[in-house]
Amino acid sequence: MFARYTLAIVIAALAAFDGATAQTANQPPDTMAARVEACTPCHGNKGEGTSDVYFPRLGGKPAGYLYNQLLAFRSGRRKYPPMNYLLEFLPDPYLEAMAEYFANEHPPLPPPAPSEVSKEVLAQGELLATRGDAGRNIPACVSCHGPGLTGMQPGIPGLLGLRANYISAQLGAWRYGTRTAKSPDCMQVVAGHLTEADVTAVAAWLATRTAPADPAPVPKGTYALPFGCGSQPN
Amino acid sequence: MGTKLSIALLALAAFTTAAQAQDKTSDIIARGEYLARAGDCTACHTAPDGRLFAGGRAMPTPFGTLYTSNITPDPETGIGKWSADDFYKTMHSGRFPDGGLIYPAMPFASYTKVTRADSDAIFAYLRSISPVNQRNRPHDLRFPYDNRQLILGWRTLFFSEGEFKPDPKQSAEWNRGAYLVEGLGHCSMCHSPINALGGTSQSDAFKGGLIPMQNWYAPSLTSSREAGLGDWSIKDITDLLQTGVSARGVVYGPMAEVVHNSLQYLSDEDIRAMAVYLKSISEPSPPPPPSSALPTTESSLLISLGKTVYDKHCASCHGSQGEGKPPHWPPLANNQSIEMQSAVNPIRMVLNGGYPPGTQGNPMPYGMPPFAGLLSDNEVAAVVSYIRTAWGNRGTPVSAREANELRSAPLN
Repeated sequence: MFARYTLAIVIAALAAFDGATAQTANQPPDTMAARVEACTPCHGNKGEGTSDVYFPRLGGKPAGYLYNQLLAFRSGRRKYPPMNYLLEFLPDPYLEAMAEYFANEHPPLPPPAPSEVSKEVLAQGELLATRGDAGRNIPACVSCHGPGLTGMQPGIPGLLGLRANYISAQLGAWRYGTRTAKSPDCMQVVAGHLTEADVTAVAAWLATRTAPADPAPVPKGTYALPFGCGSQPN
Repeated sequence: MGTKLSIALLALAAFTTAAQAQDKTSDIIARGEYLARAGDCTACHTAPDGRLFAGGRAMPTPFGTLYTSNITPDPETGIGKWSADDFYKTMHSGRFPDGGLIYPAMPFASYTKVTRADSDAIFAYLRSISPVNQRNRPHDLRFPYDNRQLILGWRTLFFSEGEFKPDPKQSAEWNRGAYLVEGLGHCSMCHSPINALGGTSQSDAFKGGLIPMQNWYAPSLTSSREAGLGDWSIKDITDLLQTGVSARGVVYGPMAEVVHNSLQYLSDEDIRAMAVYLKSISEPSPPPPPSSALPTTESSLLISLGKTVYDKHCASCHGSQGEGKPPHWPPLANNQSIEMQSAVNPIRMVLNGGYPPGTQGNPMPYGMPPFAGLLSDNEVAAVVSYIRTAWGNRGTPVSAREANELRSAPLN
């Protein structure tokens, strides 16, 4: 009796499997990789970025950060019409899955490109990024983005593997208020204290950084943030 | 024991009556919510990232920008002081409670077909949502369109007031579909040609047209050369409307919004009724397409470049013979959306890519990348010319200029 019952289940399962195979034979792969093919010509197959310096690397950034950006593009808070348009009618759980997908990809970081700025400018960038400028209320990048600049889970992005043009465009957008984030909008405050020369210097220095042994974002709470950040609630 | 039981029964009876009355009100509100979905009120009356139905969404028109109104029950800034009669008057007659004329961006030319009972249910639902105190932003229309009296002229030409009249020769299902498509669905707002006066004549209903300001082509729902559904199966139509994808093609552009905010929430019966009606209005023998404006030698060069581009960038999903892997990777062979006279949509799909809407029936849609940054105008024209003419498709080649012009089309 038991054997017959088991056999029936096996047959039913086999039949179901057969049906599923027949149905899926001519279907795209049921994977996230196939679903994010709309993203990869600009961001790279594994989110490693492409030759276009304005399209950022996504691979290995914290999922919470990526999800926040997808939400911001979908609602139009972060403005880039091609992204706003692509995401307009996608539901939250799907955007979360996309964020998870790219967060779990770890393509190697690109070798840093030779810098086009002078040694003095690079030194100024290094100083701002690693020490900040207390007199001008500028915290060091590393105080939030981590000593290795790899970011922190869940909401603080790593700054490695990005090109100088992209970083300076984003800092410029924060300064002029065209890029904003949840309140307290820490990056808007920080960028508001930067001059154009600071932006050029920091962006140039960050783009010269090579990958540390472990480029993954550090776990939540590894270090305390110097001030409140809406994207990284305590 | 006996007394206790009868008290309990009495209490139960009283409870049931109260609950029944409650049920009736909540039933009406639920039906109103459903009908508000069918009317896609939220598409215009909720601003991006704004509160539900608080209005304030900018609606660019060829005559200037309109800002949608607050339809929450806030007494000061919304419709909190309105009666059901007032609400019916806006839906049915296109007039504010004080008799003022409403701009026809509000689809009252369609909503006039809505029954009084349905209008009342929508009103009951709108009364039940959270009031939002948000003042309406004044419209920003150019002279002379800022003069509302002009609407009188528009109404004389294009508005005929009156509830939907069922056709006794047709089935109940067909009539239900017609009621939804012509009334709350206000499909004709996009799928009919809009003339220079911003109106549509009755005889041109559902004949298709370029949507002003958005630069997407809303195909004809009657011509089988466009989006006429005469040779579609009912299942393919219902799949398309309810999930956004089907064996024959997927929705994109403004139609993605309609499926996302409205159609995915409609019942199987209503979607089927719409499908039955839409299939029936397709006309059998459309005229052949006009021949291409491009010289033959130029178009044959384009088409051979187009095949190279197609094989490199498109064939991995859409198949070497344009067969796709439906429903997620749509077929391009025998796809009306590719072949129709206006090449605006295929050019824009190549430039902008897109995701079908995420719906209950298809929560994780597959998407197409934008190729605007990867292909030159000439390559875009070539690949669109190729897919419009390969595999038995009967479209016409397009020029690099047409491709270039659509690079600046608005994306949102």
